[in-house]
This record gives sequence, structure tokens and C-alpha cells, in this order.
Amino acid sequence: MVIEEIQGDFMQQFIKQLAKDNDFKSTSLLSILRAIQTRYFHIPKEAIEQLAELLNIPRTQIQNVIAFYSFFHFEPRGKYDILISSSITDLMVGQEELINYFSEKLDVKIGEVRADSVVSLNNTSCTGMCDQSLAGLVNGYAITKLTKARIDEIVENVNKQLPLEKWSRDLFDVQDNIIKPDLLLNQKPTQGEAINATFARGLMETLNEVEKSGLRGRGGAGYTTAWKWKFCHEENADQRYIVCNADEGEPGTFKDRVLLNSYADSVFEGMTVAAAIIGATQGFIYLRGEYLHLYEKLEAILAARRNANLLGKNILQHGFDFDIEICLGAGAYICGEESALIESLEGKAGIPRNRPPYPVVSGYLNKPTSVNNVETFLAAANIAIHGGEWFANLGTAKSKGTKVLSISGDCAKVGIYEYAFGTTIQTILNDCGASDVLGVQVGGPSGTFISNDEFERKIAFEDLATGGSFIVFNNSRNILDIVHNFSHFFAHESCGFCTPCRVGTSLLKKQVDKIVEGHGSAGDIVALEELCQLIKNYSHCGLGQTAANPVLTTLERYPELYQSMLKKISYEPGFDLDKSLETARRMAHRDDAHAHLAQVED
Amino acid sequence: MTNKKVKVATTSLAGCFGCHMSFLDLDERLVELVEHVQFDRSPLTDIEHCSTDCDIGLIEGGVCNSENVHTLREFRKNCKILVAVGACAINGGLPAMRNHISLEDCLNEAYRDGLGVENAQIPSDVELPLLLDKVHPIHEVVKIDYFLPGCPPSADVFWKFLTDLLAGREPSLPYELVHFD
Amino acid sequence: MSKTIVIDGKVIPFEDGQTIIQAATAAGVYIPHLCHNPKFTPNGSCKLCTVKVNGRNCSACTFPASEGQNITNISEELNDDREKITQMLFVEGNHFCPSCEKTGNCNLQAVAYHLGMTDNHFPHFFENREVDASHPDVMIDHNRCIFCTLCVRASQQEDGKNVFAISGRGIEKRLVVNSESGLLKDSDLDVNDCAAHICPTGAILIKRTGYNVPIGQRIFDHAHIDTVALAAEGASHDE
Repeated sequence: MVIEEIQGDFMQQFIKQLAKDNDFKSTSLLSILRAIQTRYFHIPKEAIEQLAELLNIPRTQIQNVIAFYSFFHFEPRGKYDILISSSITDLMVGQEELINYFSEKLDVKIGEVRADSVVSLNNTSCTGMCDQSLAGLVNGYAITKLTKARIDEIVENVNKQLPLEKWSRDLFDVQDNIIKPDLLLNQKPTQGEAINATFARGLMETLNEVEKSGLRGRGGAGYTTAWKWKFCHEENADQRYIVCNADEGEPGTFKDRVLLNSYADSVFEGMTVAAAIIGATQGFIYLRGEYLHLYEKLEAILAARRNANLLGKNILQHGFDFDIEICLGAGAYICGEESALIESLEGKAGIPRNRPPYPVVSGYLNKPTSVNNVETFLAAANIAIHGGEWFANLGTAKSKGTKVLSISGDCAKVGIYEYAFGTTIQTILNDCGASDVLGVQVGGPSGTFISNDEFERKIAFEDLATGGSFIVFNNSRNILDIVHNFSHFFAHESCGFCTPCRVGTSLLKKQVDKIVEGHGSAGDIVALEELCQLIKNYSHCGLGQTAANPVLTTLERYPELYQSMLKKISYEPGFDLDKSLETARRMAHRDDAHAHLAQVED
Repeated sequence: MTNKKVKVATTSLAGCFGCHMSFLDLDERLVELVEHVQFDRSPLTDIEHCSTDCDIGLIEGGVCNSENVHTLREFRKNCKILVAVGACAINGGLPAMRNHISLEDCLNEAYRDGLGVENAQIPSDVELPLLLDKVHPIHEVVKIDYFLPGCPPSADVFWKFLTDLLAGREPSLPYELVHFD
Repeated sequence: MSKTIVIDGKVIPFEDGQTIIQAATAAGVYIPHLCHNPKFTPNGSCKLCTVKVNGRNCSACTFPASEGQNITNISEELNDDREKITQMLFVEGNHFCPSCEKTGNCNLQAVAYHLGMTDNHFPHFFENREVDASHPDVMIDHNRCIFCTLCVRASQQEDGKNVFAISGRGIEKRLVVNSESGLLKDSDLDVNDCAAHICPTGAILIKRTGYNVPIGQRIFDHAHIDTVALAAEGASHDE
């Protein structure tokens, strides 16, 4: 049926309609490709040609987008495309065993499509469900808490070719797991409250309140929000944009998922307030593809807000127009970087731009654009209501207010916790019921691994900055397994634009593998560190600049652990010598002593 | 320069002996060289194995089979300074261009399916070294101290490098002597 | 009084809007680079032109010159790191200089010479990459592509076409050709296009011109890339 469609005019009609529905805008490329991928399980070559013409863009731009994003494919995936998260927290609940079980039961190899085209299976980067591991995606929709029993159920559904709507809802159940709400999470403002408060006080006066609040970007980088808005506002331009960065891809973080599930109105209100202040009439929420399950709900909330005149023309009679569009990502961690996100919004591969100019000067379609985190908007909405002081009363000198953390890993109560900045790691560990702790990964793989000697350190920009990821490891865990997982993650997610990150993260992956697998020798730690410094110091953007952090932060704390992995020899090859003879042995039918090589000299 | 002669060993792994030929281009300078240098294991001497106290090992060619690995290890074990000589030793060179093709295809083409192959069979004599999946530069198998690029490095490169070492200087090549071709 | 920056202690004038490398080139100061060409919008991807601006690493080809910048261009640290970045490019692709037509005239090779690189240091990837010899006059050897995007930019900005693009993510990146078949012969590339001649390595070659120049007379046989680049790019900048 599908094959006949491709051969016939149906696909042409479908794509033509898609393009028309998107006003033939090339900025809608990702959304159009998502629709094609969903329907045809890949992007057929004919579709690329047709789209290039309809959208008036080179076919190479479309090819690049398909090749760049993990969720687009040139070759068909199965009718049921199953992806299993390979985040460290998934590995901690036995991801490897479970995906192999899945593979066996489905009779499909990992990474491949079953011969009958019904199902395909693969690994994927963290899906933002570390509080309900093992997690995955079926045709883009989140599935959680996978066990052998739940896998059996999925296998049965797949083999019966049961439509997704008829699968047990329980498989798709995503819990909020809000364990410890504080300042922000306890607020339930009424619709329009922040907007009205903003206009009542005055736009610039509200900007002053945001400045007074000391609010800094919650994505992790911590740029002062009021300054971003101010610069954006001051740029001379006929249009400005406000963008909500909901691409939380840092392994271990899932707080934006919860904020959008349960606080979306406030987030949208924060965006609206920001738009009024900077003078934007259009906003975007860039929602990571992994959060497809939130899409319809968010669309419904936006529709309700339009009905209530909280969006649209002349919002609440304040003479201000603004609307918000949801744009879905398609599997690329780099799009959390603001300029890569903007490229992605424009329908391109997410490659970070050169700076300057900064997005506040030249962002989306080269217009001034303020990109802020979901949590930043939530905080801003509440600051607009309660004033800057209300917020600044909490926190430290340089880090005001609270921070929402996503806590996962080895603790009794995984989930969402909100803390005033300045809270110690020990307090947090006590609250979440962690014992026998080896260390904590604060801020995800790009952050810092802290050992159990450092639990008096604080969550704060001036000490341990974090976008919200907080992964606890107990003493049964092996630090090198963690580093191994993170190094593979970065090599997979590097956009490949600059040499040090493109080549460096792949070299780093190999070098970490060599040491972890026990093939390291005397010079290998020096080589490892040298490579890390090179990637850190010369990479184009934050991804590369932090990609070596897992190694650097653990090497600093556990040098003896790394040393213990080394053989007491001066050098060992980085590839398996004996394995390298395998083909020759097989073809020559030999297995004598001379047909083998020791990895190191006797 | 000291009175005791410096022991130099040389070999060609997956190479074409072009680097050795280039070495011989030292011509009359060879006479001066042997004043200070004694050749140990080398195709020039026919000595089969390295003495345990070699000073300098010059390796031409990359590593393409099990015998290359053994030879390279013998050199590393017995030479104080090991030098990768020429493009093949440094990056695999021309032999490494087979790395694009699977070893299975290579062997099949050469011994089974290729044009004009008679009595098709993959050689399996235990005396024959087995081929590695890929051809590797020698620094991926043992630790290397110096690299002399070139295909081949000119006689002047050998001369400059060895005279620097013999004089106790850190070897350094002027711009015109560094080339990758 | 014109505005100035300081590079390695030398006071260098600049005009507003100039990048560091533009100001440096105009003043006869060479900063190593591969993806930069003054004719085209800067790209900033190869990272060889990284300099220290008031202690912080910046790409000289994209970073604007501004008053008060104290810049380090030549130091042992920068030189060593640039060498390693070059070595990364060598192990990523398959660069067998002795069998490459571009040898002796290749910027990648010449930068390596300039930096004193004698080996590739890192383990090789030995990726399997294709050759596209379909076009009657021009060929692409993907083994040698370093993703500098010079051909992409030249085609767009000089030739008024759009023949090339870089596609894919991370280490999987590849140069692609804008034609339905993906082959160069089906694109609108002409042998006289700037894009056909701009490649800094041997990835895009003009057929039947290999080895025309004897060894000893090739661009980099005797001249350093700094001299060659300053002569070429200083001149094009003055135009």
C-alpha cells in the first residue's frame, strides 16, 4: 500500500499540500520533513526533489537536514521505529541487557530494520526521562519504565501491528515526579496575571524588576536575563523575536518536560511578558523532538490562550500583538545551543553561528532575537507579578532565586526538586535519599563530576553551575563506565563544524575506549589529557568546549583510578592486533601459533 | 663525536625499499658515515637480527602483516631510538590505500577471482605471515621517537638527521628537507 | 589617528569592520589558516587561525578587530596546538601525499610544513570515502576533503551557482553535490568556475593537469606558505 503510494501521485499530492499548509516557507522544513518521515518512515528521494522546488531551496539543504538530525532517514525505518535511550541512567537500570532482550524478542538487530519492514530498533541519546528509566520512543512518542514484561507487551503489539492509539496508555505514562516544590513551583498564577501586572507597572519598569531580581539564564550558561532583553530591545529593527529554548538535551535533565507539562501557562506568559518588553510580535517554542508527547497538549493550551485573548491581537486590550508557534526538533543535542537552535528554526542543520554578532543583534532571520530557557520564562512571569525583590531574597550574592533540579540515578526519590541557590550538595542528597554516594554529576556530561569529598559545595553559578541535571552515583558504580558513556555521547552529538570538536571528540572516544578496555599504557593518560585540552580550548562552541569535561573532571579527582587501568608497559597499540588477523586466518584456514599475535610483546 | 661507533639497524616493512635506495644516495658520504656508524641488522648487511644494543633503528614501510609486527617489536626492543622513515612508516602510505577495500575482497581478487588467476586458492602455508585487516603506520603499533617524512626522504634528510644525532644535537630539518612526497 | 591592535608586540592599524586576520594580512602578518579566503565570507571552522586575544582564544578570521586587543599569534603553545589540529585533519581523511596530484601545491600540506609537522600523531580513521570522477573536466576525491567550505562559498559568492554543500553531522560530514544524481557531471559546475579551483587540498582537482609542474618548481617547494599567502591575499585585499 505504502509502496504503491510512493510510486503514484499520492505522495506528490501529500507533499504539495504539506508545503502549502506551511505557506511554502523554507523555515518550516523540519516540520514538513517530520510529517513525511512519519508517513513514509523515511524521506524518499523524490520527496527531496519535489520539496526543493516547492520551497525554493537547494536540494542539498534538505539532504543536509536529513543527514544532520537523528530522527530523519534516507532509508526506510520500520513501521514501528523503536528507540531506546542510552543515557547513563538507562545504563544503570540495565539498558544493555534490556535492549538485547528487545532485539531478540523482536527478531531485529540493533540499528536495523526487520526484514518484513514492520519494526526497527536502535539506541538514542537521553530522551529526558531519567526519572523513569528505562525510557525510549516509539514513532517519536515517549515510552517509560521499560521492563521485560513491558517489552513483551510492546513486542506483542508490534507483531500484531496494533495501531499506536490502541496500545495500553500505561506504556506512555509520563509522571511529573515533583518531589520538592519551592518558590516557583508553588506558584499557580491566574491566566493573564503576569501580563496585566507588566502593563500596569510599565514595560521598562518591569524590565527593571527583572534586572533587580538578578535572574540569570537557567539553561546553565547564566547570562543575565534582563540584559539580554535590554540589548534585544535596544537594537534598531522592524521585527524582533522571542524564543523559548525547550531543547533540554543535556543527559540527566528533564525539568523543562515537567514545567511544560504542568506550568505551560506560566511559561507562555513569561514569553509574552518578554515579547512585550523587547517589542516582539512573534515567539517560538523550540520543543525537542523527544517531547513529541507534549506537543498536542501545548497546542491546546496555546489555542485556549488565543481564545482568552492572552495571545493574538491586542492582548488583554493592552494594544500589543503577540503569538507563539511550536517548532519541534528532530534529535540533535547541539540545538540547545542558542545560535544552533536559531539555525534549526530557520529550517537548517543546527550548526552554531560565529559570534559576534550575538542573537540579540542578529538572530532568527537576522533579526534581534532573545533565546531563553523554559525555566527562565517561568521565573520571569512570576517576577512580573511579585517583583524583583521577591525573587532576589533567595539565593546567593551572584545567583539569585531558586533552581529547579532534575534528580536521577542512585537515590530513593528521583524527580523534580527546587532549591534556593546556595544549597549544598549534601542537603540535596539527604532530601533525595541518597546513601553510600560515590559522586554526583552536576550539570550533566558537560558539567562537573564531584566526588564525595565535595558535598559541602553549593549549587550556584559561582560554584557548581547547572542547567538542572543532577545524577547521583553510589559506590557500586564505575567512574570509567560513566566517562565512557559521556564520551560516546559527545562524539555522537558533535555537529562536526569545527576541526577540534569534529575530529577531537571521535579521537577522545577512541582514547577513552582504549583505556577503559584495559589497553592503555604509560603515555596514554598524557595523550588523553592533551587531547582534552585541545578540544576544550579550540572548539567553536559550548559543546566542544565542555565535551572533555567528563574526562577532565574525573581525571583531576581520580588520577589513581586512571593510572590503575594502565599496563606497566611503555606502549600498547590502540587496535586489537589479533582480531585484525581474523579475516586472514579464516580465509587461509589457519589457527596455528603463527596465525596469532599477542597484543603486547611477551 | 665519540670514538665508539653508533649502531644503526634498518629494515623495510610494508615499503618498497625506496627509502633504503634513497639512503644509498648518500654516495661518498656513506664513507664518512661508516667512520662513525656500524650497521647492525639491515638489508645492507644481511644480519638477520638486531643486537641488543642498537642505538638507532630506521624503519621503512608500514605494518601490513604479522611478520611486520614481530620485526617492528624486535627493533623497538633493541634500539634506543626508533625512527619512522618515509610516508609509509608514517601514515601507511601507498600500501594503506588498500584500507578502502575489505581484506576479504583483496584476497579474493588476488588469489581467487582476479583476471588470469589459475589454480585459485588462498595461500595457507604456515610459513607465510598473515595479513592484517588494515595497513597501519608504525606509530600505531610501537612507540616512535622521530619521523623522517618523504617519499622517499632525500639522502640529505638522512644526512642531516644522523649527523645531528651523532653530534648530540636535537635533530631538526630545514624547510626544504621537510616534504611529504 | 587610526585605530590599532597589537599582534605579538607589533602595532597594527585596522578599520572598523575588519576581522583580526584582515588587519593582520594588510599589515603583512601571517596567521595560519585553511578555511579562510579574503574573497569570501569567513567560515571559522578549521580553527587554525586561533589566536589569543587578551588571553582568550578566538578565531582570527571571524573575530572583529577592536581597539585594545593585545593578540598573541606566534607562541610555542599556539604553534603546537595548530600542529595538532592539522594532524587531526590528516588522520580524519586519507591524505597520501605521494599519490596526490596536489602535492607541492597543497595548502594543507604547506601549513603542515610551516608548523614543522613531521607525523600524524593520532591514530588514523582510514574512513572509506568515494571518488567522483564523473565530470569530464573536474574530479572530487572525498578522501582529501577537510570541510573548509571554500568550494561551497566560491560557488555561491563568486560563480553565482550553488554546486556544493556540506552535509551530515559530526565525523560523518561529507561534501555533497547539488544535482539530482548527486554526481558532479549532473551539476552545473564548469571547469572555469572559481569553485573548481579553490580547494586548499587535493579534494577537487582539474583533470589532465596533474604533475604538469616539475618537482622543484611547485608553489611550496621553496616558498613558505606565509610568504605565498600574504602575497596572494594581501594583493586581493588591496583590490
